[in-house]
Amino acid sequence: MNRQLTQDGRLRHLLTLDGLPRAIITQILDTAESFMDVGEREVKKVPLLRGKSIFNLFFEPSTRTRTTFEIAAKRLSADVVNLNIATSSQTKGEAILDTVDNLAAMHADMFIVRHSQSGAAHFIAQHVAPHISVVNAGDGRHAHPTQGLLDMFTIRRFKGEFHNLTVAIVGDVLHSRVARSQIHALTTLGVPEVRVIGPKTLLPTGVEQMGVKVFHDMEAGLRGCDVVIMLRLQNERMKGARLPSAQEYFKFFGLTPEKLALAKPDAIVMHPGPMNRGVEIASEVADGPQSVILPQVTYGIAVRMAVMAMLAGTGNA
Amino acid sequence: MHASLPDANTLIARLADAIAPTLTPDTLIVGIHTGGVWVAERLHALLQCAQPLGTLDISFYRDDFSRIGLHPQVKPSNLPVDLEGRAILLVDDVLHSGRTVRAAMNELFDYGRPASIRLAVLVDRGGHELPIRPDFAGLTITVPDHQNIHLSRLDDGHLTLSLA
Repeated sequence: MNRQLTQDGRLRHLLTLDGLPRAIITQILDTAESFMDVGEREVKKVPLLRGKSIFNLFFEPSTRTRTTFEIAAKRLSADVVNLNIATSSQTKGEAILDTVDNLAAMHADMFIVRHSQSGAAHFIAQHVAPHISVVNAGDGRHAHPTQGLLDMFTIRRFKGEFHNLTVAIVGDVLHSRVARSQIHALTTLGVPEVRVIGPKTLLPTGVEQMGVKVFHDMEAGLRGCDVVIMLRLQNERMKGARLPSAQEYFKFFGLTPEKLALAKPDAIVMHPGPMNRGVEIASEVADGPQSVILPQVTYGIAVRMAVMAMLAGTGNA
Repeated sequence: MHASLPDANTLIARLADAIAPTLTPDTLIVGIHTGGVWVAERLHALLQCAQPLGTLDISFYRDDFSRIGLHPQVKPSNLPVDLEGRAILLVDDVLHSGRTVRAAMNELFDYGRPASIRLAVLVDRGGHELPIRPDFAGLTITVPDHQNIHLSRLDDGHLTLSLA
């Protein structure tokens, strides 16, 4: 069932944080910790993945995620090829598995896959030869495991432990693969209280079954929180019937200094980016002393290095 | 035939005596995780070294990574001072193939260009596979390939050598 792990329980692909054992998540975070100092050295590279070829397969555009994967791979000394497939062969009608087969024939060792369809990375992982690993860099509404992991890394860096935290995830949970990955990771790591805050139209029905507390009133939801994670409100969601307007949304669910004051005084504010300032978050908060949004980006490199190093070293590469 | 290996602390004292005349004030002592760090800590104290102690985890530089993968417990390397132009004393517990030392030197050079690197090991057990020899060795013996010399640390900090 767990396609992500080898027979002996090591990481084979990274597709979702749902069901990923706590020991593996902790190992990724610990390994990322030791990659942190590589970015601060004279030579910002280690030779671990020398001679390996990593293909960034982005069927959906993304600047930040693709760039951090690329930097991470380069710091591991891998050769990186970026393919923005939305604008190349897909438009010529090439099937996704044909693209993958062609790249495998070029001796690819790892695929980093971003796709608007949920399950795309699983689909590719099922198909590839045993020596190739697949990392899900975001599939539809399903999962964005490296984002979830870097968020856990950020929380651990600022808060130390997970077992005594109250964490709130605020906004468009319904369309957010990031939120799903965060909820799985937070519960696996033993966070006793995970809250989701948002209007009814933007929370999935039955979200309580993921082990979270639901709040439709942001003030109530933020009270006593150690970590506040804001989600990006996709602009296209506002065109439909789910929300009246960006101004209205900001009034009720935008994070302002006044609302943040309800959380614990040392609460940290996170956001997976890119931010809509004045929609889900006020600039005073985004740039304020409690914001750890830029450290999240830096940590994302170390976390992705850890994932790639663990995958490439599974012994099948 | 090696039923009783010498006491590790005696060997460390012997190493320190040999190193002392060659130590300059700017020399940085760097221990390789994990056993090498234990030995380096002792040497650092015995030699009253002016520089802070450096530590190196060579997991990201191993030449057998693609066969055996990443060590599950990688510790951060910590080199507290600039390596550029510095004299370095690299410390490990046991010298065997020499591959760990090669990896350590590769890693050091990614931090800067040292003026010199010398190698001190608690035990040189033979079986070298690379042209790497210690400048200082507490003990030089020949151990068959199928046997291993292991340094362990007890809860009270006492170091002991064993052969298995």
